[in-house]
Amino acid sequence: MSEKEARKGSAHQKLLAFASLIVLVIGFSLASPNFFQVDNILSILQATSVNGVLAVGVTMVIITGGIDLSIGTMMTFCAVVSGMVLTWLGLPLILGVIAGMAAGAACGLVSGTLIAKAKIPPFIATLGMMLVLKGLSLILTGTKPIYFNNTDGYTDISQGSLIGDLLPVFPLPNGVLILFIVAAIVAWVLSRTVLGRYTFALGSNEEAVRLSGVNTDAWKMGIYALAGSICGIAGILISSRLNSAQPALGLGYELEAIAAVVIGGTSLSGGRGTVLGTLIGALIMSVLTNGLRILSVAPEWQTVVTGVIIIAAVYADQMRRRSAR
Amino acid sequence: MTALVKLDTIEKRFPGVHALKSVSFELNAGEVHALMGENGAGKSTLMKILSGVYQPDGGKIIVDGLEVSLPTPRTAQALGIGIVHQELALMRDLTVAQNIWIGREPRLSFGRLDEAKLNADAAAIFESMNIRMDPRAIVGELTIARQQMVEIAKALSYRSRVLIMDEPTAALNDAEIAELFTILRQLRTEGVGIIYISHKMDEIKRISDRVTVMRDGAYVGTVNAAETPISQIISMMVGRELTDEQARIPDLSAAPMALEVEHLSRGHELKDISFTLKQGEILGFAGLMGAGRTELARAIFGAEPAQSGEIRVHGKPVQIGSPADAVKAGIGYLSEDRKHFGLALGMDVRANIAMASLPRYADKLGRINEAALARIARDYIDMLNIRTPGDAQEVRLLSGGNQQKVVIAKWLLRDCDILIFDEPTRGIDVGAKAEIYRLLTELALQGKAIIVISSELPEVLRLSHRIAVMCEGRLTGILPGGASQEEIMALATEREALAAE
Repeated sequence: MSEKEARKGSAHQKLLAFASLIVLVIGFSLASPNFFQVDNILSILQATSVNGVLAVGVTMVIITGGIDLSIGTMMTFCAVVSGMVLTWLGLPLILGVIAGMAAGAACGLVSGTLIAKAKIPPFIATLGMMLVLKGLSLILTGTKPIYFNNTDGYTDISQGSLIGDLLPVFPLPNGVLILFIVAAIVAWVLSRTVLGRYTFALGSNEEAVRLSGVNTDAWKMGIYALAGSICGIAGILISSRLNSAQPALGLGYELEAIAAVVIGGTSLSGGRGTVLGTLIGALIMSVLTNGLRILSVAPEWQTVVTGVIIIAAVYADQMRRRSAR
Repeated sequence: MTALVKLDTIEKRFPGVHALKSVSFELNAGEVHALMGENGAGKSTLMKILSGVYQPDGGKIIVDGLEVSLPTPRTAQALGIGIVHQELALMRDLTVAQNIWIGREPRLSFGRLDEAKLNADAAAIFESMNIRMDPRAIVGELTIARQQMVEIAKALSYRSRVLIMDEPTAALNDAEIAELFTILRQLRTEGVGIIYISHKMDEIKRISDRVTVMRDGAYVGTVNAAETPISQIISMMVGRELTDEQARIPDLSAAPMALEVEHLSRGHELKDISFTLKQGEILGFAGLMGAGRTELARAIFGAEPAQSGEIRVHGKPVQIGSPADAVKAGIGYLSEDRKHFGLALGMDVRANIAMASLPRYADKLGRINEAALARIARDYIDMLNIRTPGDAQEVRLLSGGNQQKVVIAKWLLRDCDILIFDEPTRGIDVGAKAEIYRLLTELALQGKAIIVISSELPEVLRLSHRIAVMCEGRLTGILPGGASQEEIMALATEREALAAE
């Protein structure tokens, strides 16, 4: 396969995902007049924000050839930490946000250390972290939700609309704006910075990178920590939307995020992937959920359809690669 | 006498490449026919057509005088054409016999496997090859050479009358090569036709009856191996004569010391090794496979740090606990296995050249200065004459020699002035080899201190100013450049027990 074909292949997959998204949107619009309405589109975007942020964060980890199964419960743990800082200690909003992201970074650093230094396979290390963090959230809160009633402006983080203030016809929720900003930053980091270059290089051939004199352990830990701090952002978004940190929530979010990454064409074996693809993947999932709900399809069936879509997306990718060979 | 296999004016095109231009090839029963050519000459493509992997765009395949088509590898196997791949394709956790009969296991009722017959049949093949091998041994626990014999047995199990061998000796030591050749000679007397692909000239002379040379996808000619001098075969391959120069040994008495290694030890692999290396010097490391040369290189480079001993760089003691430490001290290591340890194959030339030096080309935010890197990459592409369409080409698409140059560029950019080359020309064709030799010599002239580890004695002799010889983890001696092959072999086989007597 020549370079040109390889490029074409990767663009092709993104195009395929994007085309599926368009087809879904057109299909649902034709099937129901309620689908293609500003309010509904906004609610789809709002529903994408949490999963999208998680998926963008874990995209980096997956490009290194790793996996992070703890992002769902880590998100909750971060929300709990901000809740403690804001509600229990009564500190200012910004400190709560910082504490949430810092908690995520710390968790990511622990996973990264286990993986890089203790050589525990990422699947196992983060599976353990997933359970540890779920338990810790419940312990810290005494299994009861923490409400943010006393923190002014906390719900605005996700549900307010800076854009709506300027442009009242299109009140894009801040949560979505944050998703786009996070995605843009991560996309920039991946394509323009040393960290991004090493992310792809680790997924491409970790040993060769180590033998180039690069401190691969440190970079890997850094990547997990960065992905963790992005989980912290997701934690703040979800708790802002619910106006509470729900300690029992979180399990299952990691798989939805990983599904979005995979639908977006990022390879689970590492070395390949894009943030734009992940965004499209996350949108496909929430368009599907929203559209099927509007068509009054039972939620059980929505789950079945999502599962089929994931398998179909990866199958399409496999077919493409086979024909390219 | 009809040829066993005849390939007649075979054409093959890939998008943008005319891979085979009307190539003809003939193999008789009971001959070893060497197929030679630089990487990219089209040998592998031709063999893939003969083994049913690729379909030709034109020309005829004639087996036993009848024209055939080979739509799948299975059809080729059914006609008795077997191939032993360069990279062994065995399942490491299965036994020898299970590997040989994979997909064709003898069955009993209810789908049960007939393990007894499986093992007996495998044993019969090894008996016919005249080698001792336990069919129940786990393949992963065998040496590479023994694994290769399993591959050969597997190919023969298809009742192959044509055996294609792609660089079978790349990972073998001299004794193992001799054993392999015994088997090949025996197969030859039994009427098997063997197509033998290799870059090693001396082997071609030892084993083959005829030699066919290809260049740039075209047939160049077929000669009789015994009567044709090596220089003529090489000139057929590269289209020009190569002179076999001896190393010119510079006077380094005034040169400053670059690297001093003292009493370096690690387990049974490295035993009390001391040597010095001056700036501008090329120190060759000779020895048999498993003598500990790669282990020594990896210890100096920190990939598997030594347990005891001292390393001084430019007179200063350094602690090397990781490759990052070594690189900081200015030591670069070019592994024998570029694909696994030297390159990120899916990334482009520019990214690979920059791999060890990225932070230097980034600002405080970690932003990479791509324009500067592109300029530098293009400079190295020109300087080292790397043949690539551009710096954005993925390295997996380059030939072995050009991949090696990308690794060299990586270390030069990192300002490493002590370079350790482990088998620098493995898997690299003859023309590119000469270029790598010239490059190493030039680097030494510029004052770089160079260690060359090579299993090919002519290579060591051609490059080295001094020759260190290892055996079983010990440094058995350091000879001056231009020493005889006999002196080197004597040290390379000087085992500890014998030395003590």
